[in-house]
Formats: sequence, C-alpha cells, structure tokens
Amino acid sequence: MSTDTSNPSGEVPDAAGHFGRFGGRFVPEALVAALDELDAAYRKAMTDEDFLGEFDALLRDYAGGPSLLYPARRFSAEAGARILLKREDLNHTGAHKVRNVLGQALLTKRMGKKRVIAETGAGQHGVATATAAALFDFECVVYMGEVDTRRQALNVARMRMLGATVIPVTTGSRTLKDAMNEAMRDWVANVDDTHYLIGTAAGPHPFPEMVRDFVRGIGVEARQQCLDLTGALPDAVAACVGGGSNALGIFHAFVPDAGVRLYGFEAGGEGVESGRHAASITGGSSGVLHGTRTYVLQNSDGQTIESHSISAGLDYPGVGPEHAWLHDSGRATYLPVTDAEAMAAFELLCRTEGIIPAIESSHALAGVLKVAPRLAAELGREPVIVVNLSGRGDKDVHTAGEYFGILDKE
Amino acid sequence: MSRIGVAFDKARADGRALLVGCMPAGFPTVEGSIAAMTAMVESGVDVIEVEIPYSDPVMDGPVIQRASDIALAGGVRTADTLRIVEAVAATGAPVVIMTYWNPIEQYGVDAFARDLAAAGGTGLITPDLIPEEAGEWLAASDAYGLDRTFLVSPSSTDARVRMTAAHCRGFVYATAIMGVTGARAQTSQAAPVLVSRVREVTDLPVGVGLGVGTGVQAAAVAGYADGVIVGSALIRCLLDASDSAAGLTSLRTLSAELAEGVRNPAR
Ligand SMILES: Cc1ncc(COP(=O)(O)O)c(C=O)c1O
Repeated sequence: MSTDTSNPSGEVPDAAGHFGRFGGRFVPEALVAALDELDAAYRKAMTDEDFLGEFDALLRDYAGGPSLLYPARRFSAEAGARILLKREDLNHTGAHKVRNVLGQALLTKRMGKKRVIAETGAGQHGVATATAAALFDFECVVYMGEVDTRRQALNVARMRMLGATVIPVTTGSRTLKDAMNEAMRDWVANVDDTHYLIGTAAGPHPFPEMVRDFVRGIGVEARQQCLDLTGALPDAVAACVGGGSNALGIFHAFVPDAGVRLYGFEAGGEGVESGRHAASITGGSSGVLHGTRTYVLQNSDGQTIESHSISAGLDYPGVGPEHAWLHDSGRATYLPVTDAEAMAAFELLCRTEGIIPAIESSHALAGVLKVAPRLAAELGREPVIVVNLSGRGDKDVHTAGEYFGILDKE
Repeated sequence: MSRIGVAFDKARADGRALLVGCMPAGFPTVEGSIAAMTAMVESGVDVIEVEIPYSDPVMDGPVIQRASDIALAGGVRTADTLRIVEAVAATGAPVVIMTYWNPIEQYGVDAFARDLAAAGGTGLITPDLIPEEAGEWLAASDAYGLDRTFLVSPSSTDARVRMTAAHCRGFVYATAIMGVTGARAQTSQAAPVLVSRVREVTDLPVGVGLGVGTGVQAAAVAGYADGVIVGSALIRCLLDASDSAAGLTSLRTLSAELAEGVRNPAR
C-alpha cells in the first residue's frame, strides 16, 4: 500500500490545525504537551524513510494491501453506473481502520509509550486497536458505549480475545460520543505513558491531519488502480462519513483532480427531517466538540444532541473538521442516506455480488444508487464511480438479520 | 482591579487563602442552585464558581457529570445561568463562571460577555479553551472588563505557563493533578511545584483545584496557594442527601469546615 504523503492541496491545515474556520485545539491544557509531542513525532515520521518503509511493509505483509479495486458488474447494472469497489473490507480486521491504527501504533512505539486507549462505535476501530496492541505488545483499553457493546457483541468478544480490556460506557447516550469522552478523561489522567489512538479524522490537532495521512493511501491506490483499469480518472468518488476517516482516505488524493466529484454520504437515520439521524453536515451547525471546531448536532445552547443511525460506526454527532471545510469550500458534496436506503443497498450488494458489506459502507452504496442517474444525465453517458467499501459486514450479521427478519426464532 | 482581584488582595493581607466553591447551574433546580450557592456564601465560601452544565464535560469526573446531567435533564438553559449569577452576586460574593467553550460559542461570545457583565459576574474559567484559540474571548473580555482564567497544568512547559499566565486576568487556575475533577484522599505533590512555577512568571493570584474535599486538605493547599477551589465534595453533599434540607445542612457544614481550613494555612 502506498504512504505517499505529498499534499498538492498544500495550504490546509495551517500549523495549528485549522481547516479554514474549522479544526484547531479545544482541549484541557493538561493535554497540550502530549499533543505537541505527538505532532512532533508525526511530522518527523512522515519524512523518515525508516518509518515510512516500516509502515508500508506492515500494510502489505500484515494488513494484506494494497486492497483491490473491483469492478462490480452486476451491481453496476442495477446502479446504471460503472461501479468500482475499493475493497477495504478485505484488509486484515475487515475495514480501512487498520491503516490508521498501524500508523499510530508505530508512532506510539517511537514515543516510547506502552499503553494505548481507544474509543469505538461499531467495534471495528476497537478491534483494529486491540490487534495492533497485540502485535506491538501494548496494554490496551477500549471504551465503548454500553448500547454499542450490545449492538456489536461479537466485536467485544474479539477485542477480549486479543487481550484488550473493554470498558462499557454508561454515561450520556451510551454510544460513541460518550466513549470518546471517557477515553479523553483516561488520557488526561494517564498521558505520561498512554497514547490515545483516536479512530477517525476528528479530535484535536494533529489528529485530523495525522489520521488522514495514515489512511490517504486508500485514494492514492484507487486513483492509480482506476487509471490502470479504465485509462482515466473516475467521474466520482464516494464514501460514507461517520467521523470521516474512510471518506478522507479515499478523497484526499483526488482533491486536486477538479473533474472528479467527491460525495460523502452521512447517516440519515430515520430521515433528517425526523430529527433522528447522524448527519452532522446536512443537519448540524458549526460548534466545538471533542477538541475541534466542526459541524455538530446540537441545540441552540450548544448541548450535543444524540445521534441516531442503524450503523454504530456512523452514530456520531460530529464530523472531522476537514470535511466541514471541504463542504464549505464546495469541493465535496455531502448528502444523507436513511437507514432504510442503506439496508436496501446492503441487500443488493449481497445478492448481486456475493459481498456482505458493513452497514456503514452500505450508506455509500445507497448514496451512489441515488446520485448515479443524475450523474449519467449530466454526463450523457454511463459514469464511472469509485466507491469505498470501507468494511465487511460480518459484525453486522445480527443487526441485519433482525432488520430483515431472517433469524430463526428459538 | 477586578472584584476577584480585590478579594484576593484582602485575603492575602489577612494571611489566608480564598475559598472558591463550585456548583453547576440548575443543580438540582435553578432555584435549588441559588439556595445552595447562597448557603455556601453564608457559611464562609468567598467566591462562587457557577459551572454551566454541558453534555460532554471531558474534564469532569463522575460527581460533576451526574450533577450536570441532572441540571440538563431539568431543562436548564444558558440564560438561566445568567439569572443565577445575578441572584448570587446580590449576596456580595464575587461570582465567576466555569464553562466548556461550546455553550459560549453558541450564545455568541460578545453577547455572553455583555450579559455576564450586566448580571454582575466577574469573568470566565475556561477548561477547554487555551489562549491560542481564544481570540474572540480576549476581545470580548477586554470590551466588557471581565476576568479571564485559563488553566495551567503540571505538564505545561515553562513557555506555556508564561504564555498562559500572560493571558489571564483576575487569577490563574493551577490544576493540581493530572486528571479530572473529583475529591481525592490525597492532594497532589505536583501542585506546590506548579504554583511556584506560576509565581515565577506572574504576580496574579493562583488558585488550586482538582481533588480538595476536606478542611485539612484546604489548609494544606492554602499553605502555598492564594485560592482553594472545591467542587465535587460540595456537590456530593447535595447528591448524597436524603432530601434537600439535609443536603443544604451538610453543604453548610462542609463549607464552614473548608472556610476554617483556608483561614489556617499549613506552613
Ligand atoms: C466499516 C466502517 N466504515 C466506516 C466507518 C465510519 O468511520 P469513518 O467515517 O471514520 O470512516 C466505520 C466506523 O466504525 C466502519 O467500521
């Protein structure tokens, strides 16, 4: 897999992590020293051949990269577009998350820390972190909302098998945002020996920029694979957006390609108009959450509103600040996809391609089914769309089985 | 000089520390929080720190989280906090607000500064706002003559202690331990060192918070700091009580014990 870190779009973020009016550091002073230490280690690593070589080798030999770009012919026929799936679901641990985790684990080792903590929603990031902790011999504690530990019981078991301690979080809405609060509290108290391995391109500077750089290989690979396969760049690139790591991962290399449309699909839950959704850009407003300024679901007093999504990995009331900026600058388009639309696309991919996608990734598939006809009309031909299939659906079998009513009753 | 500055000067002249007592606005109700804060002042608390309840308080431990959740579930709004400030300021005690940044950003930084000044508040303590991100607040606090208290921590570099203190007005808040709020059996060894580091770069008074819960601890902290900041232990008086009268009684008792402590600094 590629770790090409050249950044032709250059000017953002600034040295303090601001993407336009978004980003920055809204944290307790107690964490600033650790963030500065991390920032220094990350910047040094990104120009260090040894680090980059080690990272590349891990992605290739351990995670199984580069992931394939697969022309999904039967799904394409249904979509009315040529759909190329970036198969991040085939990575070790089953999602794009492993890239970020391996990058941060290498940095943790370089900083001489022996303990990692993480928040997790779907459990994918927790599993990836527990995996890296086993590989690197770190102590590992994963905070997970109590609601999510029930929705994703299999992943809880996986983390424990890998030697991690999973702590169910019982405060607030008992989902991802509360897990992040608890992880922050742990970090404030244990920052000397602990790295907080944030699982998405959000949080205080340098996390959004650093996580993006660790996952941007997805887009670097996909761009070259698409050129090799079709002889041209795609008309559009699409991904689901929770905190935003898989979307930034596949977008970033395409940002300078003005002709390539970028689509981020947010979790629309029961519909944005219902108020029960997780579409922070479509249905939120600018605010400060978890150390960064970005789009947030909040009331007029700035209290965070609970998000809702059938997908635990998208059930978060904020979004990474670079997406907020890509939205404001108009470079990327963000649209909501409802639970029902995502589940229909989930079923369609299962039945047409024999691939069970993560429910998160199914939001991207559903979004593409919606925009493909418009794009075809606009272009006057069949569009080529690269979709980030960010993860596999094994962890979602129970949720999907219940949703479709196909589980045998005892 | 600000009202808090005057109070700190007077306490210094009397050879004691100031007692700062923290309570979330609207806990257990808006009227209940006014009654609690008034009882604290009557029992010897010098300065009231009103915390705006917030849905995601990452610097707070379980006690303040629980009290904030109760206040928010009761429907308290930012505007209620200002009403509480006004009522408590009428007792004559300086009243300062402690708040995470997002509620202020949503109210409007300038509008909040204007309304806080009008309510008689002295300024803000901002646990998740560092001076580098505080441009709007620096301007608004200057415009309305409000104090700014940023935090310093044992992990802050000397350069950051200097920079942070230079942006403070009223007093500097030294977080005694690396961790979240909550009373602890032992206060920290790091606190006196941190306070002396702050004193090397500023003449502003230094308040120490995080972990203080007894009169003995208050006396110990008063031995090296200008202000002793107590939150969770006071809040627990109300959380643990069987009814509100019993809660106020134990709140008065602990306030008096802490007030006695800051008047007898351990040296
Ligand atoms: C497979 C998969 N895709 C997407 C996401 C959403 O995260 P992000 O927006 O950071 O890619 C998750 C999160 O758990 C996930 O597991």
